[in-house]
Amino acid sequence: MGRRIRKLVSGLVFVGLVGGAAFWWLTKPAPWPADHWEGLGEPDLVNGEKIFWAGGCVSCHAKRGSEGDARLVLAGGPPLKSPFGTFHAPNISPDETAGIGAWTLAEFGNAMTRGVGRNGEHLYPSFPYASYIRMAPKDVNDLWGYMKTLPKASDVAPGHELPFPYSMRLALGGWKLLFLTDTPRVAIDAADPKLTRGQYLVEGPGHCGECHTPRNALGGFEPGQWLAGAPNPEGEGRIPNITSGSKSIGGWSASDIASYLETGFTPEFDSVGGSMVEVQKNMAKLTAADREAIAAYLKAIPTL
Amino acid sequence: MKIRALMLAAALAGLGVTAVTAADEPQAVRQALMKKVGQAAGALGGIAKGEKPYDAEIVKVSLTTISETVKVFPDHFPTGSETGSETEASPKIWENMDDFKAKAAKLGSDTDAVLAQLPADQAGVGAAMGILGKDCGSCHETYRLKKN
Repeated sequence: MGRRIRKLVSGLVFVGLVGGAAFWWLTKPAPWPADHWEGLGEPDLVNGEKIFWAGGCVSCHAKRGSEGDARLVLAGGPPLKSPFGTFHAPNISPDETAGIGAWTLAEFGNAMTRGVGRNGEHLYPSFPYASYIRMAPKDVNDLWGYMKTLPKASDVAPGHELPFPYSMRLALGGWKLLFLTDTPRVAIDAADPKLTRGQYLVEGPGHCGECHTPRNALGGFEPGQWLAGAPNPEGEGRIPNITSGSKSIGGWSASDIASYLETGFTPEFDSVGGSMVEVQKNMAKLTAADREAIAAYLKAIPTL
Repeated sequence: MKIRALMLAAALAGLGVTAVTAADEPQAVRQALMKKVGQAAGALGGIAKGEKPYDAEIVKVSLTTISETVKVFPDHFPTGSETGSETEASPKIWENMDDFKAKAAKLGSDTDAVLAQLPADQAGVGAAMGILGKDCGSCHETYRLKKN
């Protein structure tokens, strides 16, 4: 009898260890192999700046209410409230100690596209690496080159304020296993370069889905609801549906959408509002061709 | 001719009266005021985009409408009008009334500055729209809530 129980217990311990090891192995932080970031050459700073605006870094990493050149000081931004707790975007200025100036391209690139921090830890997906994972290594290299030209800041952001269990970074490996993927969000005509460019900008650097797509209880996107609109994580109001089925923009033409992204005015000459104000300021800095590509993509995705 | 004009005026006045009696609660008044600003911005935007020809008179009238409207706009947010009538006003207005008023005043003074040096062509109207549009956005960023 005693022997049987001992056998059962050791069996359970064994299963637990194997399960734990399997979980750890399946969910450990997974940077790219080193050669992913090699041979990219000198960064193209002009493209780097475009990617910088497309990526919207300023909206979370510059101080609230910054205008003009102050928006380029990425000292750490306003708190980002979510159903999981409050996130504080860190200082990503090129300051060597307070910011990320001492990082290598590989460290920066793995944070951006794999959600792996400099010390090999999982990063929280409030940092939209689940979108940035689609970014081309060349664009990351150009962006990194451009960001190193920006002013340094010495501010140190507070840590995230997250209740248990969201405070466990280890669990983020499980989140990644479930939700981190670089497959396209929707199928579009891959032969149309305008659409593929729009898809790249919207699904990748632009990370539009992070706010415009509804999430399940675990913080992953609801399947089949790409850009269908979602509750405003910061409180009242809604983040609108931006597919052709949208009550607010479904009737807009592609050029209406491009014009809104450029000027902040709707076709009825209402103005941009809410957190989209920051986004529109960034979109205004893209090329007209890129805004048109975004608009064409939004008209091409499934109507919801 | 004169009779037709009179009849038209009477009809318009009648419309105005019904609009006012049906809509004298602050939520409706301020919605109507914003609509007026939007229409004026639309007239300017049509010129800026080149969809309508440049017309100095339209530019002047539109800017004047924006200036006058936005100056009285913040007067229509009394306590008790925080909700109802599909208001898109954010509760933050009542928490930061001074800042809200300052943002409205900034659109007013920026519009007056544009009026003082009336834009002389399509490009000038476009540049003015850039300035005024930023004011619209900076207030709507915090103080307007979209419900859908």
